[in-house]
Amino acid sequence: MHRPKTWLLLFVLLIAACAQVQDKINPYYFDILITIGINIVLGVSLNLVNGYTGQFSLGHAGFMAVGAYAAAAASIGITFTYFDAPSANAILAYLADPDQMLFFIVRPLAWLIHFGIWAFLAIMNAILFIHNEVVSHLQLLPRIPQFVGALCYGGGIAALAGFAVGVPSLRLKGDYLAIVTLGFGEIIRVVIQNTEAVGGSRGLSIPSRETGLFGTYLAVALTVYVVVLLVHSTYGRGFLTVRDDEIAAEAMGINTTKYKVIAFVVAAFFAGVAGGLYAHFKQFIHPEGFGFLRSVDIVVIVILGGMGNTPGVILAAILLTILPEGLRALAGWDVLPMSVREIVQNRMILYSLLLIGLMLTRPQGLFSGGGKITKWLKGRASA
Amino acid sequence: MTPLLEVDRCTVQFGGLKAVAEMNLSIRQGELVGLIGPNGAGKTTAFNLITGVYQPTEGDIRFEGRSVVGRRPYQITARGIARTFQNIRLFASLTVFDNVRAACNMHLRHGISHALWRGVAFTREEREVEEMAEELLAIFHLDHLRDVECTGLPYGDQRRLEIVRALATRPKLLLLDEPAAGMNPTEKVELMRLIQFTQEKFKLAVLLVEHDMRVVMSICERIAVLDYGVKIAEGTPEEIRNDRRVIEAYLGE
Repeated sequence: MHRPKTWLLLFVLLIAACAQVQDKINPYYFDILITIGINIVLGVSLNLVNGYTGQFSLGHAGFMAVGAYAAAAASIGITFTYFDAPSANAILAYLADPDQMLFFIVRPLAWLIHFGIWAFLAIMNAILFIHNEVVSHLQLLPRIPQFVGALCYGGGIAALAGFAVGVPSLRLKGDYLAIVTLGFGEIIRVVIQNTEAVGGSRGLSIPSRETGLFGTYLAVALTVYVVVLLVHSTYGRGFLTVRDDEIAAEAMGINTTKYKVIAFVVAAFFAGVAGGLYAHFKQFIHPEGFGFLRSVDIVVIVILGGMGNTPGVILAAILLTILPEGLRALAGWDVLPMSVREIVQNRMILYSLLLIGLMLTRPQGLFSGGGKITKWLKGRASA
Repeated sequence: MTPLLEVDRCTVQFGGLKAVAEMNLSIRQGELVGLIGPNGAGKTTAFNLITGVYQPTEGDIRFEGRSVVGRRPYQITARGIARTFQNIRLFASLTVFDNVRAACNMHLRHGISHALWRGVAFTREEREVEEMAEELLAIFHLDHLRDVECTGLPYGDQRRLEIVRALATRPKLLLLDEPAAGMNPTEKVELMRLIQFTQEKFKLAVLLVEHDMRVVMSICERIAVLDYGVKIAEGTPEEIRNDRRVIEAYLGE
């Protein structure tokens, strides 16, 4: 019998000790360390969907955006004004106007449409009400609980978004799901861009820098703990069966839709937390920062680490965060001849070439399963 | 007494093709029934119909007196119908042991919070699942292979593992789709013995699709014959062996 909770506690104590030297670290390395942590959270959580459950999601940056903005709004104290019914009435008036050509078609539908708009606005207002309540209560808390609350709130809202996107779209398979999640990510970006209350396309500044080593690596520890323990249990084996063979899984009494939605919601939650950490670290967030390319970056981490291989994904997150910085350092190293340094200066080209090379030589992922670390972790996690 | 499974005038139509036409079939508790017919007669379609993969165009299917039409496959499995697949569908990335444990998922009393907290209840339940899986594997002589990746098993072992996995859902009715395909004669004899043994031990009803007539004739109490989606005969092995229409369907006039 192994004790995952004890390991978690030991790890948390370890990072608490390491975080004591936080102020003595060079800010550049500090930046890299935090970015690594955030990328691990993103990669490991996406791995639950793309790797273990076998559903190809391209919308992880969208959930990160939701989390980042929700957490930022919570800690700054941004509240929203409610949607008003008159805007629904105006649409109804337009639809019911006899001067409109479509009057005869539209009038029977008008009440239905009106009800739909009303119901939509009512739900939105309910969400806004909850948001405003949570935010105003969080404002009363001292600094650290407020930050923790903001992170949880960001994760929660992202999980809610994950549920809303997951339920209709997880009926789709493969490429289709990828496109829907991609579309969702773009919708989120555009919605944020047009929401003046959170700065719109000007971006949003967060006055205080709350994210530190301890907070980031606590999130890392919790993400890894949740994902690994979920997958290594009889309950969580359902995720793997969905990936391997959906028809056989259903025939064995496994509700595949439920498992896909759970994977999606859990992954979205941690993406939201990562977004919150990011917002309170960079102190400035911008909708363009959570675009399609961001999602692809996370997918690359998962694929490079090996689908469904948590230690691999962690290593890939570290490697892919350090690599561009390492190349930058290499370009500035004056021992090298000028010609080499000029090549290395185009580090993004070199970075993509490295990725292509890695995919050609290790398509199953850099650190694919069966290795010692994987076996060790499995041994720890299984009951 | 109402039969365990009742297929009541079921039709499945794909475009202009009636894969199964007005099929009637009933299986009583603890009965071993064979379903045979030439290639393309609709045997696997009938299986997909009963397990909810296809929906009947017409007709009704009742299990323990309640209709299962319109239910999703996992819900039908939860009622107590388990199946194996003609083209083996094991969970390829899992080990033999994990394949069986995965099928125990449905009966878990504890959910996500227990998997994360790992308290006493979780450990106890995990142990129950392990014991059950080990017991089943032992019955089918697969226990020495428990940590092998299932794709590495020989064909016959994969078929037996499919049966074990289906049994792990604790069914009342087991549907076996060509369990003896690809086995050698000795393995077939062993398999027949195992099917009869598990049927008695777990008090199962079994519906068996099989091409090997020796297997079917020797263990089935009753046999139904399909041809072009129509049930052309039903009776004891003796009756079927001498039925003129069955001989015609297989050999032509």
